[in-house]
Amino acid sequence: MAGNSDPLSPRAKLAVTAGKAVAAASRAAGRGSGSVIGGRVALKLDPDLLGELAQHLDVVLVSGTNGKTTTTRLIAESLRAAGPVVSNALGANMPAGITSALAEGAESRFGVIEVDEKYLAGVARDVEPKAIALLNLSRDQLDRAAETRMLAEHWRESLAGTKAVVIANADDPLVVWAASSSPNVVWVAAGQMWKDDAWSCPACGGVMQRPGDDWFCGQCGFRRPTPSWALSGDHVLDPHGSAWPIHLQLPGRANKANATTSAAVGAVFGVPPQVALERMYQVQAVAGRYDVVQFMGRELRLLLAKNPAGWLETFSLIEQPPTPVILAVNARAADGTDTSWLWDVDYTRLTGHPLFVVGDRRLDLAVRLEVAGQTFQVCQSLDEAVQLAPAGRIETIANYTAFQDLRRRVGN
Amino acid sequence: MSDNSLRLVWVYPDLLSTYGDQGNALVVERRARQRGLDVTRIDVRSDQPIPTSGDIYLIGGGEDRPQRLAAERLRRDGGLHRAVGNGAIVFSVCAGYQILGHEFINDLGEREPGLGLLDVVSTRGEGARCVGDVLADIDPRLGLPQLTGFENHQGITHLGPNARPLAQVRLGNGNGTGDGSEGAYNDTVFGTYMHGPVLARNPQIADLLLKLALDVNALPPTDDRWYEALRAERIAAAQQPA
Ligand SMILES: [Zn+2]
Repeated sequence: MAGNSDPLSPRAKLAVTAGKAVAAASRAAGRGSGSVIGGRVALKLDPDLLGELAQHLDVVLVSGTNGKTTTTRLIAESLRAAGPVVSNALGANMPAGITSALAEGAESRFGVIEVDEKYLAGVARDVEPKAIALLNLSRDQLDRAAETRMLAEHWRESLAGTKAVVIANADDPLVVWAASSSPNVVWVAAGQMWKDDAWSCPACGGVMQRPGDDWFCGQCGFRRPTPSWALSGDHVLDPHGSAWPIHLQLPGRANKANATTSAAVGAVFGVPPQVALERMYQVQAVAGRYDVVQFMGRELRLLLAKNPAGWLETFSLIEQPPTPVILAVNARAADGTDTSWLWDVDYTRLTGHPLFVVGDRRLDLAVRLEVAGQTFQVCQSLDEAVQLAPAGRIETIANYTAFQDLRRRVGN
Repeated sequence: MSDNSLRLVWVYPDLLSTYGDQGNALVVERRARQRGLDVTRIDVRSDQPIPTSGDIYLIGGGEDRPQRLAAERLRRDGGLHRAVGNGAIVFSVCAGYQILGHEFINDLGEREPGLGLLDVVSTRGEGARCVGDVLADIDPRLGLPQLTGFENHQGITHLGPNARPLAQVRLGNGNGTGDGSEGAYNDTVFGTYMHGPVLARNPQIADLLLKLALDVNALPPTDDRWYEALRAERIAAAQQPA
């Protein structure tokens, strides 16, 4: 590229080059991909870089408490039907990581970007997205996260008057509250098993009524909008009423919901649902999640669940009893240091599974399971748990840093 | 105890159940059943009346606006007052603790009247939020081992003459008043800033609530080895320099 067609200013180019150099040095020193540190350096040299990098792209932002990384991946696969895509596929979802990812996308047409919930407003302002997908909002990292309802309020303020098409989950009242300030919303009935963060009306504080799949506030009339897209069993229903089968390698209801949202996003860019859904089948595992690995002569499926809503969805997708289940919980800084959330998870759903408990906070989990009336074994390590587990594939459910520990141990 | 069932009332889970405090209800229920008691657990949403014939009432923590809504609805309802008048035991955490006092600072920055069931007044601290593991000595009159919990609050709670501190902090902040006090109680009403949830980390407090409700001095023993292991680990963790 040269002359007038060059999308980047000299300053931006310098920042990109410097950022890549720092990232390469960080990689060489064995400190991971270097994308975050590289992005930080680049943004420092040119604070407007994110916007400049995004200028020639049709950008989709994806945010929500759970399912961001997977949905980003599914949307990226769908849009590749229409043109080259750049994406922060590994989940570096704050401005520095996003900047690094976009710096690789000079030749791309689409930018599909996962954004941390707290940064959505800022990133949306910088990159002027064509579409924003909002999945769900629920409690996460109690010791430091913003209040869930405040986050919805923050989104609502930043989305008022946005030019983007907002693709939002009609089944999550907090998401609906956040999205309904924007002029152009596509509502998707994507479901939300977890309901305990939205019993109080975000508009007026009234008590929410939730008959069946519907919801409404008994006081102010705030209610579930009519969706134009819906997940219905194993099918996506499009706005014309056609049903398209979902074939995913990824397990579980939540991923069907992610596929439904992704199909709705694809349609915004002219990708027909059939084409989008076919492409989504190619996604096997996302940053190690859902991967089935061999370890100590056994087959383990690695499942990540970071918060009560995530654990609830995960319990619904594991194999029936007596499949053994290993549960791993840490409470390091990246997890949130308060383990109280374990008490919002309904562990009685694991009845019949032989249970093995590992991780830094295995004793918190032991007391939790004891009170839930479950039988379980506390193990010092993954190896010990695998040794003790009865025959068959093992389901392994872990929160964030515990999941990273497990991946390292099994060499994934 | 009415009829033959222990009536355990969980107050406003729709508003005050943000920090895993449901665990307190689960622990009390479990430990009562382990003693052969029949338990009726009543979860009362904030659009329903508070039953006045409960034996133990539990109130959890919540975010700032739900806390104000809960205070408004509990004042209007009046049921908790009548229950306490009937001799019920009340155990409250964080936002719930503040609501039981005379007043607290609400999400609008205004002074919000509480229920006045505990002789305490809460304000909001100017400094950083108090977050982390806490270790404290429980009031010796209660004859309980050390208190371990996790605090996460901005509030400061001052005790009046008719409330006693539940504990004296060794590590952590507690009431945030600078005198090392943590929580408050009178004959039947208890409040604490401790999450964890606190009764999972201190099952003997759960047993104390049961003994007060049943009006007995002792309960049959339970197998507490996982609680004890967790307590030992958290007490050691609180003592580690950060
Ligand atoms: Zn309302």
